[in-house]
Amino acid sequence: MTSPLDLDQVYFLGDNGLILSQQLGAWCGRSPDLEEDIALANTALDLLGQAKLWLGYAAERRGGGSTANDLAFKRTSKDFRHALLVEQPNGDYGHTLVRQFLFDAWHHPYLDLLQASRDQRAAAIAAKAVKEAAYHLERSQSLVERLGAGTDESHGYMQRALNALWPFLAELTEETERDGEAAASGAVPDPSQVRARVEVVLEAALKRGGLTVPTVTATITQRGRRGQHGQAFEALLREMQFLPRSYPEATW
Amino acid sequence: MVATAQSANARDLWECLEDVPDPELPSISIVALGIVRTVERREDGSWAVVITPTYSGCPAMGAIAEDITTAVDAAVSAPCTVEVQLSPPWTTDWIREDARQEMQRNGIVPPALRAAGRLVPIRAKQALECPRCGSRSTERVSRFGATACKSLHRCLECLEPFEHFKAI
Repeated sequence: MTSPLDLDQVYFLGDNGLILSQQLGAWCGRSPDLEEDIALANTALDLLGQAKLWLGYAAERRGGGSTANDLAFKRTSKDFRHALLVEQPNGDYGHTLVRQFLFDAWHHPYLDLLQASRDQRAAAIAAKAVKEAAYHLERSQSLVERLGAGTDESHGYMQRALNALWPFLAELTEETERDGEAAASGAVPDPSQVRARVEVVLEAALKRGGLTVPTVTATITQRGRRGQHGQAFEALLREMQFLPRSYPEATW
Repeated sequence: MVATAQSANARDLWECLEDVPDPELPSISIVALGIVRTVERREDGSWAVVITPTYSGCPAMGAIAEDITTAVDAAVSAPCTVEVQLSPPWTTDWIREDARQEMQRNGIVPPALRAAGRLVPIRAKQALECPRCGSRSTERVSRFGATACKSLHRCLECLEPFEHFKAI
């Protein structure tokens, strides 16, 4: 490993998957139809598996014998580094779908470029995860396009969700001071390259779905990545961590 | 031939792993699926088996590791550790021909080989052949099936449902 990923960046990648997976899991048994129920649960499983790989890497880097499970279940809200997009509540199915699409539209190109990272462990995880992310994007994008171009009602659901969630996209695509340094060292992809590829995906999907790019007056940047999370996340965390916190010695 | 802990070689190990079924596809061995990457005998006589997950979230990895240690112990009476390796990432191209034929017999369309290492392009419309009647008049019902590695389809000729092992 010639140029390791910043530890916060490893948390960022792991926490995005972990939190989104937890959110998608809440749809299990409650989706609008059986195929979507299976798709959401399977996507959640992929993301959880990826989170385990990232957090396992983070745990090794931290040392002291901690594990991926410790990081998932014993950290408090301010220690999480995921983007605020993934902690936005599920809302209705359209809201969940658009949240997934915005995430996938970033996740797939990011992982694709991260395969060339000079951090070999990160490159290996990215090479594994990118195949799954490609499939996630194919699904969420085609559904957003179909529902966007569907009935007035389905179009309304897509556009409303897009308007509500668009401001959170910037946190994934905008460049931070650290990104420049990390990209120069070859650890992470060049943010402008990622952004260009995300824009191509978004533009194509919105066009096919007859959806309008929302006008955004204020974007949310870097808050989640600095550990500043919303009220809803506290509730999510309480539920997710309830068992290991209440019964620390519990085993399968 | 029963190998003993002293005389066992890598070929004996590979042979015994041929009998370890994949928990999700019991008629196919983990070797035929391309999950077992390397087998190595350590100086102390124990064995190291390296496996790779099909999908990141594959819930069967723990069960597979246990099955391997049990099988190795039964076959050559030697301790064995199982290590998980991520890179290079598993691809359906590693699934052996006999396993593909076995899938076909079980009503699962095996994955197509990926062209020159590329992923099957997004939106590629593959006209899958019905594993029962051979018709190409089929449609996809769901991108995900009973497991993450399969999608659900139906034949518009014989009307039977079938599964497809997705190429990754």
